[in-house]
Amino acid sequence: MSPDLLNVLEVILNGLMAGIMYSLVALGFVLIYKASGIFNYAQGVMALFAALTLVGFQTGQIPFAHVINAALGTHLDTWGPGLPTLLAIILTMGVMVLFAYVLERFVLRHMVNQAPIILFMTTIGLAYFMEGFGDLMWGADVKTMDVGLPSGGSTWLESITAGWAAEGSNYRGMYIDVLDLWAAGVAIVLVITLTLFSQYTKTGRALRAVADDHQAALTVGISLRTIWIIVWSIAGFVALVAGIMWGAKSGVQFSLSLIALKALPVLILGGFTSIPGAIVGGLIIGVGEKLFEYFIGGMIGGATENWFAYVLALFFLMFRPQGLFGERIIERV
Amino acid sequence: MKLKKIGLALLAAGMLVTAMPAAMAELTFPMLSYRTGPYGPNGTEFADGYADYLTLVNERDGGVGGVKIKAPECETAYNTEKGVECYESTKGQGSLIYQPLSTGITYQLIPKVTADKIPMHSMGYGRTSAADGKVFEYIFNYPANYWDGASVIIKHLLDQNKGDLKGKKITLLYHNSAYGKEPIRTLEELSKKHGYTLKTIPVEHPGQEQKSQWLEIRRDNPDYVVMWGWGVMNQVAIKEAGNINFPMDKFIGIWWAGSENDVRPAGAAANGYKAATFHGVGTDYPVFKDIEKYVKGPGKAAGDGKNIGTVLYNRGLYAAMLAVEAAATAQKMHNTKELTGAQMRDGMENLKIDKARLEALGLPNFAPEINVSCANHGGPGLAAIQQWDAKEGKWKLITDFIASDREVIDPLIAEDAAAFAKENNITPRECK
Repeated sequence: MSPDLLNVLEVILNGLMAGIMYSLVALGFVLIYKASGIFNYAQGVMALFAALTLVGFQTGQIPFAHVINAALGTHLDTWGPGLPTLLAIILTMGVMVLFAYVLERFVLRHMVNQAPIILFMTTIGLAYFMEGFGDLMWGADVKTMDVGLPSGGSTWLESITAGWAAEGSNYRGMYIDVLDLWAAGVAIVLVITLTLFSQYTKTGRALRAVADDHQAALTVGISLRTIWIIVWSIAGFVALVAGIMWGAKSGVQFSLSLIALKALPVLILGGFTSIPGAIVGGLIIGVGEKLFEYFIGGMIGGATENWFAYVLALFFLMFRPQGLFGERIIERV
Repeated sequence: MKLKKIGLALLAAGMLVTAMPAAMAELTFPMLSYRTGPYGPNGTEFADGYADYLTLVNERDGGVGGVKIKAPECETAYNTEKGVECYESTKGQGSLIYQPLSTGITYQLIPKVTADKIPMHSMGYGRTSAADGKVFEYIFNYPANYWDGASVIIKHLLDQNKGDLKGKKITLLYHNSAYGKEPIRTLEELSKKHGYTLKTIPVEHPGQEQKSQWLEIRRDNPDYVVMWGWGVMNQVAIKEAGNINFPMDKFIGIWWAGSENDVRPAGAAANGYKAATFHGVGTDYPVFKDIEKYVKGPGKAAGDGKNIGTVLYNRGLYAAMLAVEAAATAQKMHNTKELTGAQMRDGMENLKIDKARLEALGLPNFAPEINVSCANHGGPGLAAIQQWDAKEGKWKLITDFIASDREVIDPLIAEDAAAFAKENNITPRECK
C-alpha cells in the first residue's frame, strides 16, 4: 500500500476515536433532553465538576480547604493519602446523585411547566454556579487525572502496520492512542447498558414514558420528580465518564467545561433524542473534521476542525432538520 | 478661655484634615487578574506572586519611599471586554501602572492608556513592537518580547547543533490567535539566515483536541517543535508529544508554555521538555525568606501559599518588583512621594537594575540586568532555557541568559512600529 493511503486510513481511524470522545459528552445532553426536554447547557461543567470531585477524593483533598483557611487562618490541605480509585469513583457517583437530588429539590421542582427557553436559561445559571462552586470546593489549579488507564501510542498497531507500506518509504506504522481505544470500549459498554436499561427495566420504561409525554406519564402514576432525579443522576454518571476520559488527556482544569462545544455539532447531526444518534453523529463529525483538516486544512491555513464540525452538522441539517436519528415532530393546526 | 480652647480645637482639626491626604497617600497598582475561567490556574499563580510582593514591600519597607501600595484587584477572566471594563473602572483611582497579563487586553488598552497617560507594562507579551519607545510612549514590554523569545530558542538550537541548522526541520505549533502568530515573522526571517525549514501548524482555541496536529507532526518527523501555546493547549500538546514518542528535549515552548501546570498532567512523559524564560526558577532566593516572614507567616499571602516558587508566581513577583523599582525611580526623579501616571512612565523609562540591585532585592541572578530608555522600552531582550525534571517535579535552568539576534529583531520592531505610527497618525517623538 502507498504511505499516502495508509495516512488517510490513519486519519480516519483517529477521527473515529476523536468522534467517540465527542459522543461521550453528547450522550449526557441526549439523556436529559430525552427525559425532560431540557437542553442542559451545564453538561460540560458537570463533567468538570465530576472530574474535580474524583481527583479530590483520590488525592485526599479537603473540600473548601482554601475557603476555610482564608476564613479561619488554618492551613488545611489534605486529610490523608486519598482513596483508592474505585472507591473514589463510587463516592463521586454518590456526589452526582446528591447533586441531582438537590437540583430537583431546589431548582427543577419550581420550573415545572415553564417554557423550554426558561429551562435552558436555568441551566446556563446552573453552569456558572457549578463552575464557581467547583472552584470553591476543589480549587482552580490544574490537577492530574490518573485512574490507571493506559495511554500513549499503540506499539502493536504501529509494528504490524509498519510493513504495509512499500519498502524504502520510511513509513513508521499507524498511530492510535491506547486511551482512545479504552474510551471506545467504555462508550460501547455505556451505550449498550443505557439501551438495555431503557428497554428492559421498569425505571427505563418510565423514563421513556416521561420522554414521550409528561402529562400522560403523570396520569399513570409515574413520579416526574423521581424520574428527573434518576435522569440527572445518569447524566451525572455519563459526565463523570466523559470527565475521566477528557481529564486523562488534558489534566483536570476549568477549560474541561468547554468540551461541551465539541458535543454541539454531534447533537445537531445525530439528533437531540437518540442515544445511537449521539454515537453515530460523533463518528461522522470526528472523521469528517479530521479528513477535511488533512486534505483541505493545509491549503487554507489549518485549524479548521472547530468550525468545520458545525458546517458538516449544518449540511446534514439541510436534509434532516431533526438530525439523523432525531424524532420528527410534526405539529398540525 | 473657653473660646480659646474651641479655637485651638478647630485649628487642630483643620491641621488634621489638611494632613490627612498626605498620610493616606497611596501608590495604586491595579491588578487586572484572572482567577476564574479556562486560564484561571495560570492567572492565579501570577496574581498571587504580584500581590505577595506588593504586600512584602508594604509590610517590610512601609511601601515605596514610605508610601504604601494599593492594589485593587479586578477579575478579567482573561476576557478582553472584561479587561477593558476593569481598566475603565479603576483608571480614575490614581492608577499608576497596568499589567493585564493578556495580549488581547493589551492590544485594546494601548490607545486608551496612551490617551490617559498611564503606563502599561506587558512583560513578555502584548504587542512586540511596543519595544519602540519613540512610537509607544506609554507601553513597555521589558525585559524581553516574543521575538526575543523566538530568537533565543533558535540560538539555543544553534548551540545544540554546533551553530548549524541547515537542512533541519522546525515546526511551530501555535495558538491560532494574535499571540500565537507573533513569532512567525521572526522565525521566517531567522530561517532565511540559518537555513532551516519552518512549518507552522495552528491549534484552535482552547486546544483540547490536537490529534490532527500531532499526526501531522508524526508524519513530518521534524527535528524540533517550538510551541506558542497557553492554557490547556500546552498540557494537551505535551501529552500528545509524549504519546507519539517525540523526544521531549527537542520540544521547546515559549515562556507562556513553561509552567508547572503545563507539564504535570503529562506525568513522567513530560520529562526533558524545555521552555524559554526571562527569570529564575524555584525559591532559592533570599526574597522568599522575607515572603515567608512578612507575608505568608502572618497570613497575608494572596493565596494559600501553595503557589510560592512556581514559574508563574515568580513571574508575577518579578512584574511587581519591576513596578516597585520604577515607582522608586520616579519618586527620586521628580522628588515627590506621590506620583502621576506620566511620572511613573518617566520612572519606567529610566529604570536601571544591575546585579548589585538584584542582590539587594534578595533576587541575585534572578534576571538579566535591565536598562530601559526613552527609545528602548523592550529592555535587554535576554532569555534563558529551562528544562522540566519530572522525577524531581522541578524546572531547572540549563543555560545562562542568552541575547537575542538584534540584527534580525531590531529592523522588524522598527518596521512594525513605523506601520503602527502611520496607521494611527503618530509622530514618533525624539529621544535624546
